Amino acid sequence: MPLRELSCDTIRAAVAQLCIEANRKLPPDVYAALEKAKSEEDSALCREILGDLIENADIARREGIPICQDTGLAVFFVELGQDVHISGGDFRKAFDEGVAQGYTEGYLRKSSLDSPFLRRVNRGDNSPAIVYTDIVPGDALKITVCPKGGGSENMSALGMLTPAQGREGVKRFIVDAVKKAGANPCPPIIVGCAVGGTAEQCMLLAKKALLRSVGEPNPDEEVAALERELLEEINALGIGTQGFGGSRTALGVHMLTHPVHLASLSVAVNLQCHAARHQTVIL
Amino acid sequence: MEIRLTLPLSEEAALSLRSGDRVLLTGIVYTARDEAHERLMKLEDWPFEPQDAAIYYTGPCPAPPGAVIGPVGPTTSARMDAYTPAVLAKGVRCLIGKGQRSDSVKAALIEHHAVYLAATGGAGALLSKRVKAARVLAFPELGAEAVYELLVEDLPCTVINDCHGGDLYQEGQREYAKP
Repeated sequence: MPLRELSCDTIRAAVAQLCIEANRKLPPDVYAALEKAKSEEDSALCREILGDLIENADIARREGIPICQDTGLAVFFVELGQDVHISGGDFRKAFDEGVAQGYTEGYLRKSSLDSPFLRRVNRGDNSPAIVYTDIVPGDALKITVCPKGGGSENMSALGMLTPAQGREGVKRFIVDAVKKAGANPCPPIIVGCAVGGTAEQCMLLAKKALLRSVGEPNPDEEVAALERELLEEINALGIGTQGFGGSRTALGVHMLTHPVHLASLSVAVNLQCHAARHQTVIL
Repeated sequence: MEIRLTLPLSEEAALSLRSGDRVLLTGIVYTARDEAHERLMKLEDWPFEPQDAAIYYTGPCPAPPGAVIGPVGPTTSARMDAYTPAVLAKGVRCLIGKGQRSDSVKAALIEHHAVYLAATGGAGALLSKRVKAARVLAFPELGAEAVYELLVEDLPCTVINDCHGGDLYQEGQREYAKP
């Protein structure tokens, strides 16, 4: 089978465009989830704020401005077909340059600092891109961007539980993470979580779980049942929109599971604010 | 029903507010995040008059051509907790951000008759429409993290911590939590 040529220029342009689009257009599933939450919420104050969030998404789309000023670090999930040949440059660099171009041309905020504690100087172009690449069969390149804000990312949690803590321990850990986060991650949130795998793999799966359409259950009925129980318990916390007190704290709970070491029960939580931005392109 | 307030905020107006009130702010607010707080703390004279001032924890997007400012919603306030009692001791009357504050901040709000308000997190596009003028006042090299002077008109906020010990996050969650 002949290799399909794909140039770094094409990738860079697509990445730039994706960053801009993702930050301006709230995906339809998230928009619908906000409308549903508004119709179901018990608190009048939260209903009013949910109305503001829907209006905010409308303004952003109509005027071509970002939904939120925290336009995030640019996180990419990439599926690279094994029959694609990348030409004309450096694959990884094409992402960094695409991010710099998109965040500059789209008037997006650059939030990436040079070093974490010694020299916290803004890099000025929001690079580097954070890129997770899977090699898959085929000759296509699928790129999904999910810009992630700091407020929700800061509420992430990883637990290496003992197998004896079991299903109940996993539930407790996830609900506690949401409770502790309170108003900080900008509820209503989407709760990305993962059970199984090694520590770093578990964290990554928790973020990957956020890519699913809001409220779509895990195809495994056992996991889907756990997602439903978690959603109910999280909404019973009463945190509500923005933490003002209400009946809808989460728009959905998305869980992924993975085979695990016989000594481990890893669980990870990655919370997503209501501005759950993601866009995909297939080249 | 929203309460219309004018900035700078008088002590009397601050004392009249209760947690859960919806307010619309008109006047000048000053933006400051972590790094700006760190720098302000080292200055004898601030670039603005702190007495009765309102500080907004935000780092806006760059303004596209023709716009006053880019999206400008609140950031997590807890990161400023370490500085806030000293900020309130300088006379600042009103803090705007999102998320819960520490016990020492809540005590300082009561002591100094100041209020903590939440602007809606993730509504930066909507909030930017309420900003009528913007200019960088200090630390321009910080970019989005610089101190901006913003003229706001009817900026919608919700009172979280009032000067009487009220706390909407605790009260609201208690009201809606199911056993």
